[in-house]
Amino acid sequence: MPKITYIEASGKEHVIEAPVGQTVMEAAVKHAVPGIDADCGGACACATCHVYVDPEWLSKTGEQNSMEQSMLDFANDVEDNSRLSCQIKVSAELDGLVVRLPKSQH
Amino acid sequence: MSTGEIKRIIIIGAGQAGGETAQRLRQGGFAGDITLIGEEPAPPYQRPPLSKGYLKGDLDMDRLLLRPATVYAEENITLLTSLRAVWIDRANKRVRVEGGRELPYDALVLATGAKPRKLTLVGADLAGVHLFRTAADVDALKPHFVRDAKLVVVGAGYIGLEAAAVARQLGLSVTVIETAVRPLARVTSPEVAGFFLDEHTRQGVQFVLGGQPAMIKGRERVTGVALVDGTEISADIVIAGIGVNPDIALADQCGLEVENGIVTDALCQTSDPAVFAIGDCAARPMAHFDKRMARLESVHNAMEGAKIVAAALTGGKPHTVEAPWFWSDQYDLKLQIAGLFQGYDNVVLRGVMADRSFAAFYYKGPKLIAVDAVNRPAEYLGAKMLIQTGRTIPPGELEDETRPMKELVAAAR
Repeated sequence: MPKITYIEASGKEHVIEAPVGQTVMEAAVKHAVPGIDADCGGACACATCHVYVDPEWLSKTGEQNSMEQSMLDFANDVEDNSRLSCQIKVSAELDGLVVRLPKSQH
Repeated sequence: MSTGEIKRIIIIGAGQAGGETAQRLRQGGFAGDITLIGEEPAPPYQRPPLSKGYLKGDLDMDRLLLRPATVYAEENITLLTSLRAVWIDRANKRVRVEGGRELPYDALVLATGAKPRKLTLVGADLAGVHLFRTAADVDALKPHFVRDAKLVVVGAGYIGLEAAAVARQLGLSVTVIETAVRPLARVTSPEVAGFFLDEHTRQGVQFVLGGQPAMIKGRERVTGVALVDGTEISADIVIAGIGVNPDIALADQCGLEVENGIVTDALCQTSDPAVFAIGDCAARPMAHFDKRMARLESVHNAMEGAKIVAAALTGGKPHTVEAPWFWSDQYDLKLQIAGLFQGYDNVVLRGVMADRSFAAFYYKGPKLIAVDAVNRPAEYLGAKMLIQTGRTIPPGELEDETRPMKELVAAAR
């Protein structure tokens, strides 16, 4: 299974094995990575699974879709590499992906 | 009761509210016993996808689980599934479960959820008549959810319309019977209801509005639904989507205050300080709505109850209450709702319905109280922030679409 590294705002790292086909959000939530709330469970309805994709990986994770972009417009501390992790599907290509988490999702 | 005296917490109800509470208690550093008791066989899972991706076959049960089944043992949470709690003895702080075993608690969390209303009609117990609440309900329905099968949905609420949308996408023929004169009558305005009525009609759903079912026809399996006016609609499957009742049986039995749901204060504490109630079964004063008591059936409410109770029981940072939020997926439409629209006196549209992308803003006097946003995430999130902070956009400004939502929100007072 692809490995994904989640880095909390404090610097604490979590390396998670993420099943292909699930989302980067789901893998984090199922392993209780603090800092990803994902209240809506991945329906793109709450904007509480915001992550920063490590710049090296941006070409592989793809771009924000338009719904995601509108949601992120209202999130805190949005950067060019901001994504909603419920919109990134885990694939073999993403083995080694690194994402950083914001200080707060609300 | 100081948090230090609490060594044993029992949570009755292993849905999203109960499951989330257990998890958050551990995350908050609670080191005592946690027992989570659920009637269903599965560990806590998300219900919203049942009428969406799970029914359609896009998501399996594994993906619905809040956490993998193995996590509960790893975190020393005693998860008792397929088990019913039958009695609460508040004087001695004990819960009796089926089979007679008694479990002691220092704090008790009731997250008993709600039970779907059954049709009270002759024939309602025929094979092919389905309720829609649990994964088992949907598993029973799925083998019959095949192309060209004739589905009748009784009740045009969100669950009924979501099931109708999936059914059309899978090629079933669908009739929705609703006793009110419009769909979604309890949950949205006539304007937005009209949009969803048009959309479903365009997708081939037949509606019988103001229709009064008289009986379910059939010998062993359902063959149709007869209406009071004498018409009959043939059916291979019937879904009852006529709402839920809060599961207050245990609260009633042990003498807690119950109105429309188990009555709690803003911190989800019941009339007994050792007992909390959260999720679909409980009513609490709504911070952003003049502290009006409301019982919400939603993921937001389930999660928020869990956060509030976990903070109270671990002495953690109190949760900042959010404006209520909801969503519904039908076809390619994402409806996102913030706030509570009841009592509005003015509705203002931003965007046009024909574009299938618009938002309806609800005002009570000058105050923005709710939004229904269809494929309009910015309007949804913007309005949610405003409702949460008690700010308002003057209604006249919303119709000007040249001004982005973000700018309107920034200027709101």
